[in-house]
Amino acid sequence: MTSATADSPTGGLRGRLHLSRLSRWMRFDGWGALILPLLVFLVLVFGLPLVVMLSRSLTDPSLGLQNYRDIFANAVYPRVLGNTFLIAVIVTAVTLALAYPYAYLMTLVGPVWRMIMLGLVLVPFWTSILVRSFALVLFLRDTGAFNSTLETAGVIDQPIPLIRTLTGVVFGMVQVALPFAVLPMYATMQGIDRRLLQAAESLGDRPAGAFWRIFVPLSAPGVAAAALLTFIQALGYYITPALLGGPKNTMIGELIVQQVSTVLRFGFAAALATLLLLTTLLLLVIAGRFVDLQKHLMRRP
Amino acid sequence: MTAALETPAQTSTGAPISINAVSKKYGDNTVLEAVDLDVRAGEFLTLLGASGSGKSTLLNIIAGFTQPTGGTVTVDGRDITSRPPHKRGFGMVSQHYALFPHMSVADNVAFPLKRQKVAKGEIRRRVAEALELVELGHLGGRRPSELSGGQQQRVALARAIVFRPRVLLMDEPLGALDKLLREQLQLEIRRLHQEMGITFVFVTHDQDEALTMSDRIALLRHGRIVQLGTPEQLYAEPNCRYSAEFVGVSNIFTGTVQGRTFVDGVSGRSYRLEGAAGQHGSSLMVRPERLNIATVSAPVPDDMDHVEATVDDCIYLGSSRTVQLSTDAGLHLVARTEVPRSPDGVVPGARVNAYWDVRDACVLD
Amino acid sequence: MTKTLTRTGLVALAVIIGAYLILPVLIVVPMSFSDSSFLTFPPGEMSLRWFHNILDEPVWLDSALASLQVALLSAACAVVLGVLAALALVRGRIPFRNTITAVLLAPLIVPYVIIGLASYIAFLQLGLTQTTLGFVLVHTCLAVPYVVINVAAGLVSVDRRLEMAAMSLGAGPVTTFFKVTLPLILPSVLAGGLFAFFISWDEVVTAIFLSGPDMTTLPVQMWSGIRVQIDPTVAAISTLVLLVIFGSFIVLGLTRLIQRLVRRRMADPATNTGA
Repeated sequence: MTSATADSPTGGLRGRLHLSRLSRWMRFDGWGALILPLLVFLVLVFGLPLVVMLSRSLTDPSLGLQNYRDIFANAVYPRVLGNTFLIAVIVTAVTLALAYPYAYLMTLVGPVWRMIMLGLVLVPFWTSILVRSFALVLFLRDTGAFNSTLETAGVIDQPIPLIRTLTGVVFGMVQVALPFAVLPMYATMQGIDRRLLQAAESLGDRPAGAFWRIFVPLSAPGVAAAALLTFIQALGYYITPALLGGPKNTMIGELIVQQVSTVLRFGFAAALATLLLLTTLLLLVIAGRFVDLQKHLMRRP
Repeated sequence: MTAALETPAQTSTGAPISINAVSKKYGDNTVLEAVDLDVRAGEFLTLLGASGSGKSTLLNIIAGFTQPTGGTVTVDGRDITSRPPHKRGFGMVSQHYALFPHMSVADNVAFPLKRQKVAKGEIRRRVAEALELVELGHLGGRRPSELSGGQQQRVALARAIVFRPRVLLMDEPLGALDKLLREQLQLEIRRLHQEMGITFVFVTHDQDEALTMSDRIALLRHGRIVQLGTPEQLYAEPNCRYSAEFVGVSNIFTGTVQGRTFVDGVSGRSYRLEGAAGQHGSSLMVRPERLNIATVSAPVPDDMDHVEATVDDCIYLGSSRTVQLSTDAGLHLVARTEVPRSPDGVVPGARVNAYWDVRDACVLD
Repeated sequence: MTKTLTRTGLVALAVIIGAYLILPVLIVVPMSFSDSSFLTFPPGEMSLRWFHNILDEPVWLDSALASLQVALLSAACAVVLGVLAALALVRGRIPFRNTITAVLLAPLIVPYVIIGLASYIAFLQLGLTQTTLGFVLVHTCLAVPYVVINVAAGLVSVDRRLEMAAMSLGAGPVTTFFKVTLPLILPSVLAGGLFAFFISWDEVVTAIFLSGPDMTTLPVQMWSGIRVQIDPTVAAISTLVLLVIFGSFIVLGLTRLIQRLVRRRMADPATNTGA
């Protein structure tokens, strides 16, 4: 359980490189060495640009922490950060609340329905986020399916404004996040021994009590992994909030793109991205004490 | 919560369970066929049977996890057929222990007491007492995963008795353990039964286990009770061929009863019937320890019947010896003799007389 | 009583969630066949005009070809690097195994906006933005974890005695890999490759950073089609993209099924060689 902490991307290179450590680096065997091409590739193509970005945030336009100070100097940017955090919290909560009963039902139904339910989860997993968000815009806008159905039914006189609102962003982001939450939850719940619930009932607990006292605590690792994954991803969303949110719901991802594409403030954008990256890593390190995220990520989707 | 759980008496007494015409069908598949069974207050009753005999289904119906298709279950004269499991107040132990992995041993044992809202100090005292009873007093702080199989089953036992149920149900509780541990726990469970005085209903497919532990045994086959009786009755007076073959080892001749004799349908030999005369049936059964062996030259006593056979093998078992024989008609027999009484000349290939007291043979359907 | 009630509630909720999950597909496909240029609901007259539109405007075809090229190359790179890494992870001794695994999985966790910005800043100096190479490098990073995960899962289930048997019969390690191991893990490799292809084919966030007048991928073209004003052509393209993706998955599913059937038939002789 704790392995992820010590081995998170930040943890491994900490400390001095003793000679004995250096010799440990050499201890690849013939098979193990096959990892080196990918490792070198990732360090150069994935890691190095992150370092370049970090240095850019400290040097552009001038050497120092000016960009980071700028983030907090103006009231606009902290509001974006707060927004991002708030939306991520709401999205995570709603996603978990929907994914839990769905995953739970998956463990109760027969194999055919389980395949169908799994299929329904995998369809959005493999539909591009762009297509999905675009479709949700069509669904939620004033002349979209949602509002026109309600209007035709006479429930409402005027369309309810949904796109360019917080509701719209949450609706879209939860749709994107659901598969990532259902899969680890289902994997954990599947491993829970149903007979424990029977045992609890034979010991005098009501079925609902047995569910809360036995099933829920045992499913907690899956919920934690789902929560971590959803929250971290929600912090960095760009497409969905850009399409479904309004100016009031700007998230950090949109701000970063804006700073590069319209204002050309590369250093400032780099500072924002670095801030987001550090937040993500911090969350991973803290949560890594409780969640074996690697196990869940290494599972075949 | 309910009447069944409100039994705070210091020493609980066992409750009588009455099963009346209980049946269970899954579609066309009949698992239990109108079973009637009265479990006496405080007795140790074993449901014995092969897999698929319906014994576990019957136990689950008593526990409340399975609803019968027909019939009723009453406890103390009250109908509990549709009462949910958690309101029955029976203790239950199963083969897979079912300990809650996220709770310590002590928390597992405290679980039923917390559901009854017993005071904290009282819970602590009774948990310690229950763990002491199964000789695990020192392991309360451990997690179930840190215990051996035998220890885990003891915890499950402590958890099932800590709330002083009037009935304890056990579904093959020793099935997952190795032989030595199983025998040790059999004796412990018997001791617990004697100390607690509550009703035990025990399910097993192991006839030795059933004989060792039970006051009475109900032998099930194809969803019916074939025979109900004390271990002695089941062994000495089986009421059918299935019963004789399932409980203990038996030598069975197939044939017909004709007046005061039993005629072997294969060899044509006839054997006298004494106590069993007048019964009808198609099998004559002699237990291995009732079968004596002597070389063909030795005379057979008057009140004995015999059959000639060839020794296939002699197996030395320490206190006894098992001799495997084949009759000329091709029937395989087993005889068990005490070691010092083993006759001379009984070696593989030898021709012998296998003989028995006519009163030790019984006719079965 | 309460149990059936809970069950019914649960099923009702699951039906709503299930509908929510496939809602985009249910919306986009009918819309793409609509005659109206405002994508109203209900769609009204049916027409194929937006599909014709795709062919009439060269930007769509150009960007689709660019996307295809990037996706194929990225998938190929990801498969080569990913299969080697999976072999190392499953078979090899690796120092700091957990740290290295974390690095391999990092592209799954780090927000794409960050990866996009970082590679944009770095690639600008190298002149790699708006080039196929630049796209392929970044997309390979994003796709390679999926290959590693799939192939590692496949490798775990390979019976090593088959490889030992091959070696004992005189095959060198390389021959053994290509003649024995690779055929056995081929379904996983193909699945990983397909995943990698679609990760690249669908990817829009990093692509927005790397695109420009010189080179644009299909998702970025769609993105500008949505952003500027809602262009119904995007609905038609989305339908085509969905068709391609789910068509491939059905093909993959069938391949796996056939593979399993064939392997089951071959199972007996295989175990004989092992013994």
